Amino acid sequence: MTDLNPNDNYTTAATRPGDTDPHPDKPVGEYLTDVVSNDWVNDEYKLLILHVPDKALTAYAGQFFHLLCPSPDGAEVWMRRPMSVYKVDKPNAQLEFLYKCEGRGTQGMAMLDTGDTFNVSGPLGIGFKLDPAWKKIVVLGRGVGLATLAPLSQLAAEHGVGVTAILSARRKDLVMSEDLFQALGADTITVIDEDDSSAVENVEAILNGLIDAGKADAFFTCGSSRLLNLMQRLGKERDVPGQVAMEQIMVCGFGACYVCMRTFEVNGEKILRRVCREGPVFNMQEAVGW
Amino acid sequence: MVDLSVKIGDLTFQNPIQPASGAFSWEYNEVIDLNRLGALVAKTICREPRLGNPTPRMAETEAGIIQSIGLPGKGIDYFLENIVPEYARFEPPLVVSVSSESIDDFAALARELSVPDVDVIECNISCPTRNTTGGNFALQEEHTKEVMSAIREATDKPVWAKLSPNAGDIVSIAMAAEEAGADALVIANTFLSLKIRTDNFRPALGNKFGGMVSPALKPIVLRMVYQVAKEVKIPVIGVGGVTNAEDVVEYMLAGAHSVGIGYAGFRNPTALTTIIDDLEAWCDERGVEKVTDLIGAVKDDDMEMDPLVAASHGV
Repeated sequence: MTDLNPNDNYTTAATRPGDTDPHPDKPVGEYLTDVVSNDWVNDEYKLLILHVPDKALTAYAGQFFHLLCPSPDGAEVWMRRPMSVYKVDKPNAQLEFLYKCEGRGTQGMAMLDTGDTFNVSGPLGIGFKLDPAWKKIVVLGRGVGLATLAPLSQLAAEHGVGVTAILSARRKDLVMSEDLFQALGADTITVIDEDDSSAVENVEAILNGLIDAGKADAFFTCGSSRLLNLMQRLGKERDVPGQVAMEQIMVCGFGACYVCMRTFEVNGEKILRRVCREGPVFNMQEAVGW
Repeated sequence: MVDLSVKIGDLTFQNPIQPASGAFSWEYNEVIDLNRLGALVAKTICREPRLGNPTPRMAETEAGIIQSIGLPGKGIDYFLENIVPEYARFEPPLVVSVSSESIDDFAALARELSVPDVDVIECNISCPTRNTTGGNFALQEEHTKEVMSAIREATDKPVWAKLSPNAGDIVSIAMAAEEAGADALVIANTFLSLKIRTDNFRPALGNKFGGMVSPALKPIVLRMVYQVAKEVKIPVIGVGGVTNAEDVVEYMLAGAHSVGIGYAGFRNPTALTTIIDDLEAWCDERGVEKVTDLIGAVKDDDMEMDPLVAASHGV
């Protein structure tokens, strides 16, 4: 019989790093990864680093993994939790996830310790795409949305694209990923609620300044309906294309169950799309805020 | 070498593992080899394009999930033109699930779906959030008989009736479906359920009611499969809470010819093919040469009936 996960009755063929891949021709896998570390980065967020099989390292910015979170409370966590990848570290065969400990899934994740195994499936979905015509992009994220946008800086650096990252948070100590963006050569601008610098009018002024300075060939955002609406409006007014990463309650992750639907507006018509399959990254102008 | 093949009507399936309708699509080909499955089962199709129900469409509960999707799809024309070819690329028989709110339309849909690439028509007469005369026919014998008779007349394809666990007496419904000409019975659809959020006092699902899915329901569905298999001659496909190979064995011992798997594939995307491997290993270890030897092989003949129960059965 195939090994079962500890303490459960479910069948899985999840592979460990170093195992022979039973489905070498398949782009997606189910893996039992090794927890390298799982440390707090501030009061609310933790960074999980996993040692993973090679196939998992094919993930690119904006794609996600479906995580089978341990239970924080003795009851079952029934569904996987989708989470976009924060960093792909190919030389060390590691994946990183930056997450806010909020619901039962992430609270369960927070309990993972070095040496534990963690079942993840992926990479899934359609991530960010950089148009070769874009030389300079603007990334605007708030809260945990920054974790989704962070690997964009890696992708941009690989393509020689300049990045300005506007990082929004409630407080200075909750601003995340600044180091990561800066290490990859991005200019960063921090805006926070405490001094009102995160107000929409101020962010709008910053964005307009960047467009004027020729630093905004495209917009990218995640994590705030308010900021999405702002970028959509400015993007339309000043002809800046963009992409947005969306979230939704998700079940299968493969496009089969139609649980993770979001509304989009295409040519004046409202349509539904699956976040897992047609996304999670979408054309910004077609997205509808939540 | 274990023979895992099973026959349902005139069709042979290479093993008794198939996905449950609604929980599967050809897109799972990205993670497992679909050619290994006993059958491919498409998501329920309706005549008209449907957006489906408002979100949220899924909520977790203490012991399983409830979901109400609302049969979204692009309608039968798109299905025949675009979805059937996606499945036809693979070798296992294609089971097409279909639903309608009217009997005439149900029969017409069955006729239109009777194309060469479709091997079986699974009649979803038990969508839990539809009403008894409008799609959830399987709550009552006469509605089941009427709709299955009409479908039987409309097509020569094998027709399977997917029954409801929400019916008062599923054995009577099963017998009605058999009498109307069903070739097999799929037992069962999801359990009608409700979750209310205590933070905002609102139902957790956008459509209020949902169908519950859970391994916790397996003993209940297994009981239904057992009871029905004793009373009908046509094969039964057990669907409900299968998460490993021994669950498959249990369903087959109760009288099922094959099983449908939903939730386990959500939880572990590689579950279906692994359960096939594990079932083969299970049979091999126990010297079971043909998996069909398990069908209805539960040893219960010698069990004494409680006198009170015997009296209620007129024994």
